[in-house]
Amino acid sequence: MKSKFALLAAGLLAAAHALAGPISVKGSDTLVVLAQKWAEVYMAAHPAQKIQVTGGGTGTGFAALQNQTTDLCNASRKIKAKEIEQCVKVFGKRPTEYKVALDGLSVYVSASNSKIDSLSLEELEGIFTGAIKNWKEVGGEDAPITIYSRENSSGTYEFFKEHVLKGKDFASGAQTMPGTAAVLQAVSKDKNGIGYGGAAYGAGAKHLKVSPVKGEAGIEPSEENVLAGKYPIWRYLYVYVNPALDKGDIAAYLKWLRGDEGQKLVKDVGYYPLQKNLRSN
Amino acid sequence: MGIHRGHRARPLEWIAERLIFGISFLTIAMVFLIFLFIAREALPVFLGETNSALVQEVIPSTDLGKVPRERLASYLGMTPAEMASKDEETLKTLMEIREEAAKDVPERFRNDKDAKVNATQWRYLLLPHAWTGYAKPESIWQPVGTIAKYNLLPLFIGSLKTTVIGLAFAVPLALAAALYVSQLAPVSMKEWIKPGVEFLSGIPSVVMGAFAFLVLAGVLQSLFGYRFRLNAFVAGIALGLTSIPLIFSIAEDALTSVPRAYVQAALALGASKWQTAFQIVLPAAAPGVFAAIILGFGRCIGETMVVLIASGNASVVSWNLFDSTRSLTATIAAEMAEAVSGGPHYRVLFLLGTLLFGVTFITNFVGEQVMHRLRRGREGR
Repeated sequence: MKSKFALLAAGLLAAAHALAGPISVKGSDTLVVLAQKWAEVYMAAHPAQKIQVTGGGTGTGFAALQNQTTDLCNASRKIKAKEIEQCVKVFGKRPTEYKVALDGLSVYVSASNSKIDSLSLEELEGIFTGAIKNWKEVGGEDAPITIYSRENSSGTYEFFKEHVLKGKDFASGAQTMPGTAAVLQAVSKDKNGIGYGGAAYGAGAKHLKVSPVKGEAGIEPSEENVLAGKYPIWRYLYVYVNPALDKGDIAAYLKWLRGDEGQKLVKDVGYYPLQKNLRSN
Repeated sequence: MGIHRGHRARPLEWIAERLIFGISFLTIAMVFLIFLFIAREALPVFLGETNSALVQEVIPSTDLGKVPRERLASYLGMTPAEMASKDEETLKTLMEIREEAAKDVPERFRNDKDAKVNATQWRYLLLPHAWTGYAKPESIWQPVGTIAKYNLLPLFIGSLKTTVIGLAFAVPLALAAALYVSQLAPVSMKEWIKPGVEFLSGIPSVVMGAFAFLVLAGVLQSLFGYRFRLNAFVAGIALGLTSIPLIFSIAEDALTSVPRAYVQAALALGASKWQTAFQIVLPAAAPGVFAAIILGFGRCIGETMVVLIASGNASVVSWNLFDSTRSLTATIAAEMAEAVSGGPHYRVLFLLGTLLFGVTFITNFVGEQVMHRLRRGREGR
C-alpha cells in the first residue's frame, strides 16, 4: 500500500516537472498592471507556461524574494542595502537586477490655474519642501499652495524626494494620497493644488512643463523627451530575480519581456519602453 | 455511590458546554497571542537594538579574518549560530554590501550633523528635535528618506483629533436617538428607526471613506469654507457616522432594559414623559450608556479605512480641526507594505500597533471600572 502511494507521488512529481512550473511574480503596485499584461500575452503565446502576478508593494515583493516565495520581484525603486543583505543571508547571492521599463513623472496643477505652465526643478523643490508657500512667488496668483503628495510607501514618493527635493523632507503639511489617481482627483478639484505622479495619468489636471534650470524653457513630459533624457524627472522600473532561478523558463520569460515584443506592450499601460541599447536583443 | 443532585448533564449538553468553554478560552488566548506577536516585532525598539542612523560604523571587508567573530556577528545582525552556518564568501559579500551602502550616501548627507542620529531612540520618538533644514525643534514623521525621522507626536495628535470629533458628533446623536426610540417613540416609528440606524453599520468602512472623500468633503468645505478639502473634521464626521449604529444599539439596549416599574412609578408621581426619560431612565441606564461610549471610542480610534481615505494624511503637529491629519491606524496601513521587513521603519510601525493596542486596552479597562462604580452607585451599595 505504502509503496503504491510512493509510486503515485513520484509519478505526479514527474508529471509536474514535465509541465513548466508556474512563474510567480510579486511586488510593486506601479508595475502590477504591466506585469499582468506581459503575463497574459506571454501565456497566450506559450500555453504550457503559467504565470501568477500579484501586487502588494515593492517592499512586500522584496520580502517575498528573500523568503523565496516568489520567483520574480517587481520594483519601482532600486533594491536597498538592507534588502540585499537579507537576500544574501538567505540564498547567499545578490539578486540580479533587470531594467524593464521607463516611467516619466509629471507635475500636475489644476486646469483652472491658468498662470502656471512651467516650473523649474528649483522651484519645484521649493514648493514641495514648503519654502515657497504662495503661488505669487513663482509667478502665479496670490493664493496659498496646497501640496498633494503620495504615501511614503510609494516608490514614486521616494523617487521624487530623492531627485526633485534632493533628499530634503516634504513639507509636513503635504497631504498624502493613496494613489496617483487620487492625487489627480484632488488636484483637479483644488485650484491651488499641486501634485505629482506618472506621466501617463492625466485627465482632469494640467501637466506642467519642467525646466532643469530656472530661466530655461520648460520641457514637456512627452515620450521622446523622456527617452532622450531631456525631461528631467524620470526613472527606471525593475525586476529582480534570485540568480539561482535565472535559467530555463524564467530566463526565457525575462528575456522576452525585455525584448522588442515585451517592450511593445509597455506603452499600452502608460509607461515608456526601454531605450534600444538596454533591451535583451 | 453518593446521592446525585439534580439531573446529570446529557452527553450532548456536556459536549456543547465544553465546546463553548473552549471557544471562549480560545478567544481570550487569541487576543493575548496577537498582542504578544505585535509586541515581539516591536521589542527591538524597546530594547534599543534598532539603529536608523544614516552613517554607521563600517568594518572593511578586508578585515574579515581579523575581527573577532562575536563582534562580526553583532555587526552583521546575526546570532553566532546563524553566522557559523555561513561560509566565508557570504560573510564577505555581506560586509561588502555594507561598505557599498556607506559609499552610496551622498557627500552632503555624510557630514550632516544628524547623519549619526538614531531616530528610534525614545527622545527622538517623543520629543521634538532641530533637524537639519528646520529652523526650530520640530516633531517630524518622515520615515522614508535619507535621514529618517520617526516622531510619534503628529500621529497621536491625528488619531486623537479624529476620534474626538467623531465622538463629539456621534455620541449626542446616537444617545438622543436611543432615548427617543426606547422611551418616547410610538411603536410604529420605532420599527422604522431602529433597523434604519442599524442598517448604517452594514456600510463597509471603505465605502464610507469613499463617500467622505467624494461627497462629504466637498459639501462640508462649501459649508464651512476652510482651506484643506480633506482634514480631521471630514474624517471625524465620517468616523462618527460609522460609530453611530454601535453606540446607538448598545445604548438602546441599556435604556430598554431599565425596569418598567421605574417608568411607571415616575409617571404615577406626575412626571412627564420627557422628565421620566431624561431624569429617571437615562441615569438608571448610565453604566450601559457609558459602555456604549467606550466602545464607540474604541471603534473610532481603531478605524482605519475612513481616516486613510478622508483625513488627508499630512503628519502635522496642529490642533486645528480643519488641518489635514494623519492617524496611527492609517499610518500603519499605508506604510507597512513597503517597510523593509526587520528594518527600523518596520519596527516603529509595530511599535505604533503596540501603543494603539495599549491605548484601547487601557480605555476599556478604565471604562470597565467606571461602569462598575456607576452600577454600584445605582444599586445603592
